[in-house]
Amino acid sequence: MAADPESKPGQIEQLRLRERLTKLRDLPLLRGVGVSGELGRLERQIERIAAEPSADEVWHSVELARHQDRPYTLDYVERIFDDFVELHGDRALADDPAIVAGLARFRGRTVALVGHQKGRDIRERTYRNFGMPYPEGYRKAIRIMELANLHRFPIFTLVDTPGAYPGVTAEQHGQGGWIARCQLEMIGLEVPIVSCVIGEGGSGGAVAIAVADRVLMQENAIYSVISPEGCAAILWRDASEAKKAAAAFKPDARHCLDLGVIDGIVPEPPGGAHMDHDAASALLAESLETALGEIDGNEPKARRLARRDRFRGMGVFVTP
Amino acid sequence: MASRIDVSIENRRDDRPGEAAHGPNTCPRCRSHYRDDELDANLRVCAQCGYHFPVRARGRIAQLADGGTFFEQDADLRSADPLGFFDLKAYTDRLAEAEMATGLGDAIVAGAAAIERRPCELAVMEFAFMGGSMGSTVGEKFARACERAADRGAPLVCVTASGGARMQEGILSLMQLPKTVSAVDALREARTPLLTVMAHPTTAGVLASFASLADVIVAEPGALLAFTGPRVVQQTTREKLPDDFGLAESNSRFGHVDAIVRRSDLRPYLGRLLALFA
Repeated sequence: MAADPESKPGQIEQLRLRERLTKLRDLPLLRGVGVSGELGRLERQIERIAAEPSADEVWHSVELARHQDRPYTLDYVERIFDDFVELHGDRALADDPAIVAGLARFRGRTVALVGHQKGRDIRERTYRNFGMPYPEGYRKAIRIMELANLHRFPIFTLVDTPGAYPGVTAEQHGQGGWIARCQLEMIGLEVPIVSCVIGEGGSGGAVAIAVADRVLMQENAIYSVISPEGCAAILWRDASEAKKAAAAFKPDARHCLDLGVIDGIVPEPPGGAHMDHDAASALLAESLETALGEIDGNEPKARRLARRDRFRGMGVFVTP
Repeated sequence: MASRIDVSIENRRDDRPGEAAHGPNTCPRCRSHYRDDELDANLRVCAQCGYHFPVRARGRIAQLADGGTFFEQDADLRSADPLGFFDLKAYTDRLAEAEMATGLGDAIVAGAAAIERRPCELAVMEFAFMGGSMGSTVGEKFARACERAADRGAPLVCVTASGGARMQEGILSLMQLPKTVSAVDALREARTPLLTVMAHPTTAGVLASFASLADVIVAEPGALLAFTGPRVVQQTTREKLPDDFGLAESNSRFGHVDAIVRRSDLRPYLGRLLALFA
């Protein structure tokens, strides 16, 4: 696991929270609003805030997660797995290069691999559609996961996408529906699944292949409901406020871990994964092996239900 | 501000052309104007041209459920503010304003009901509450509705109207996708039917999770049903969009919905389906 980020005094944050605390106490009581729960939570948050990554650290993660030299799925595949056989096509319409899938050997056994794939140069970026899948990509993912389930191969997924492709054809082919079905598929599988966000975990297009027994994030990966630019454009009406937006919605690994969304943080070599692809791969391989080991021996039906319960329990709300 | 892109969900009442220039009771398509009671009497559908005006959650329940059968559950659930989110306004302030504006605790109302004398669970989303966005509370109320439906062996009817996940809850709002999908999985395991009525708009996180997983998907005429809305597609891809981009009619042509049902036919249509599933 990664070392904790340096403690920050976060005094301004604390001040802001205290202001809001005061404000909340004075709020006229709306019918049923859970103010008491909110007070307790804010107080706990004040205790915790000193250890939280600062806005600059969060933005640093955003930049590293998108770094042009950061290893992509196939960079890890060639270093981590033996004898990777890529499988193509959704058996319906197309083969989506933004998602790679196939079978490989990992520590002496056969596993299935599904991951988003970005491109390194302009030609490959265009070919890979910048790692933004069409519904065909999710159908391919479903096909390979079904294959793995049938033959009892564990599944690894590597998540690295700005999001599912927002285009006319993608919509016509049912982008939303296939993202939904890919999640439903993963909830239903009886083989072990380990997912790791290795770069950008962009919204629905990312979570579509991240419904796993163990969800990991690399130290400098981000996982978010919307891109910082998209959030800034909507809430601040200005895409250039992306840094502010990122600080507000906290897509970094440390916050995701605190919120119980991920199970562990995969360390990166000093400076970030882009500095040393081999070292980053070795660290990722070790984390994947450990995570798989934790769930490998579990009874398949119980493992499936535990996965479902894990996601069923996601979220924070208050009951007065 | 003109040069800045505005893709705000909360501040846009409707993507279909024209409405912004008119009052809420003026038909954007044919410009007929109605009094509230006239519009309500016609299920908030334009009597001249058939345009479907938005319906609030309570109004929808009154339209669909047999009189006096709706029994609300989880009305006291409220959103927390897990991130201490603050954009131009604090999330807690937005929540309080939305509650005062709509009289609802969050963007979904759920409970037991009967439609055409068939018992069911009914969950209806409220677009007027922060764009019908799905945060932890919406996800939780939907998941609980699934669980009650499975327990009672009664089908779940869900009317969706949502701009997607609620950004103010960050990654936890994204997690409502697999959460509601998990709830649907349990519902399917119990062989309990799920019927969704996709109203305008059903987009992004809600379309990419439980809404699309129903056994039967019904759409309202003219509803926008898209993972990515036309404005963002246009801005991102610079593609020329078809006139009916993302609308129910286009979704029907591409095979993503079972039927487009006019509001006046919706209740009997659901009644027939519930009878067939009974």
